[in-house]
Amino acid sequence: MADSVDQVFIRAKECLLAPLAGHAPGWLIQVASSLINIGALLGVFLTLFALMSVLERKILGRMQNRYGPNRVGPFGLFQPVADGIKMLIKEDIVPARADKVVHFLAPILIAATAILSLGVIPYGRNMTPFVIDGGILFFFAVGSTTELAVFMAGWGSNNKFSMLGAMRAIAQMISYELPLLVTVLPVVMIVGSLNPDQIVAAQTKMWFVLTPWGAVAFILFFVSGLVESNRTPFDVPEGESEIVAGHMTEYSGFKYATFFMAEYIGMFAVSGLAITLFLGGWHAPISILEFIPSYIWFFLKLSSLLFVYIWLRGTLPRTRVDQIMNFAWKFMLPMAFTCIIAAAVWHYAGRGLAGWLWSLAVIAVVYVMLSILLETKKKFAPRTYRFAE
Amino acid sequence: MSTVAFTIIAILTLAAALAAATLQKLMHAALSFAVMFLGISAFFFLLGAEFVGLVQIFVYIGAVAVLIVFTILLTRHDAEKVRGFNWSGVVVALAVFGGLTWAMENTKSLLIDPPQIEPLTVHRIGELLMTGYVWPLLCVGVLLTAALIGALILVLEEKRE
Repeated sequence: MADSVDQVFIRAKECLLAPLAGHAPGWLIQVASSLINIGALLGVFLTLFALMSVLERKILGRMQNRYGPNRVGPFGLFQPVADGIKMLIKEDIVPARADKVVHFLAPILIAATAILSLGVIPYGRNMTPFVIDGGILFFFAVGSTTELAVFMAGWGSNNKFSMLGAMRAIAQMISYELPLLVTVLPVVMIVGSLNPDQIVAAQTKMWFVLTPWGAVAFILFFVSGLVESNRTPFDVPEGESEIVAGHMTEYSGFKYATFFMAEYIGMFAVSGLAITLFLGGWHAPISILEFIPSYIWFFLKLSSLLFVYIWLRGTLPRTRVDQIMNFAWKFMLPMAFTCIIAAAVWHYAGRGLAGWLWSLAVIAVVYVMLSILLETKKKFAPRTYRFAE
Repeated sequence: MSTVAFTIIAILTLAAALAAATLQKLMHAALSFAVMFLGISAFFFLLGAEFVGLVQIFVYIGAVAVLIVFTILLTRHDAEKVRGFNWSGVVVALAVFGGLTWAMENTKSLLIDPPQIEPLTVHRIGELLMTGYVWPLLCVGVLLTAALIGALILVLEEKRE
């Protein structure tokens, strides 16, 4: 019974493909299967995007002691529909001096890369839409294309605010790509595979977040993910009070909505990968709870991570550019490299309690040394300016 | 099937390369260069070298193309200037093409049938790198780390008196 509920979507897909089997060529079945996967992925995540946009405003409202949207539909739940209609019927303005082609292509490219990176994440038992041996590498390869898309948006708009925003975005994305990638390495080393399904399978007994190196790597990965998806407290690229809306300044109507959607889908993808790498993927926390279908576990974990995103946005102020850069290069990167060493120590000390303590010791020593070297206590003084009075 | 795919990818890649060489605005040329990198990675996928294809996208579009774009922006301001068509470049390109074709036609060892090889998986590449090619890998690693530290030292703030 539990097994059939767990595999209900796989069965449904088999039923849909059944009429084709037998008298259709192999490539046609493959294309149909991929189309079903893409359809399911888009349906689920666009609904989640609509839900997230209204829930974020509700939760932020709750945190700031006010009502969120509550006019459209019961509890304001139809707000995304109203927003969507508004975005669709708005005038699409393209600046006269803009580079028309680049300006047009940028939102398409940014949305395409965000949606592509969703494809390699295992959402449940046998539920990876796009099975590829180097799935983790695919995720980052596709993600690295986003920088070019952001740059195209900034440069194509021919606006100084857009250009500044794009430069800020690229600078912080390149800086944080390094810790993001390096924190994945310990997991890949321990599992010995770049395949997301095998990484999930290796966490059947114990999630990697329960080891010292896994916990540190998870936090570093989550913070880097925050930066990569340009969320508060790292939203300097679109800092409203400084540079209007960054690289999105000259976009209106549905193109702006596309940027917005790409940002949220990028957030879902990074959270999904964090779940796959550190939080046991679709596995239940303890084996007694395995009777609850795997995809429900995945989406429970996803929604709790998304809540943390909203929580951080409601709590923290925006950081400065120099703080973001210093944090990446002076703290995140050395800690990320420490995770690799701690994972190796954990592995060679037998993956037991001794290994657990030894890797904790390695991380603690590096952490204390870093905090002494970086003089963190002095850094909380008011900023001194070099070129301005 | 794969011949059709090869033809389509080849046409797209060559068109992007030609656009990169002939487009008037430097920025457009850089962006079509990125499209050409994508075409080359598609060739790797077609040949079954999944890892190399992904690394091609990762390194060339994610890093090299962004680097080129940054260089154009941060250097001189005549990026918008209209460039004239360089006929001597065409002559050089044709000469190189002719020379390469002549060399390929006259190489005897290319005429044998390629041996059947097993698909190049990430796992096999990792195994080879960690056994047979561990010294070259370590040397490259040390070189890249030195470059990283060098870059960090270059951008370090000077000591304030």
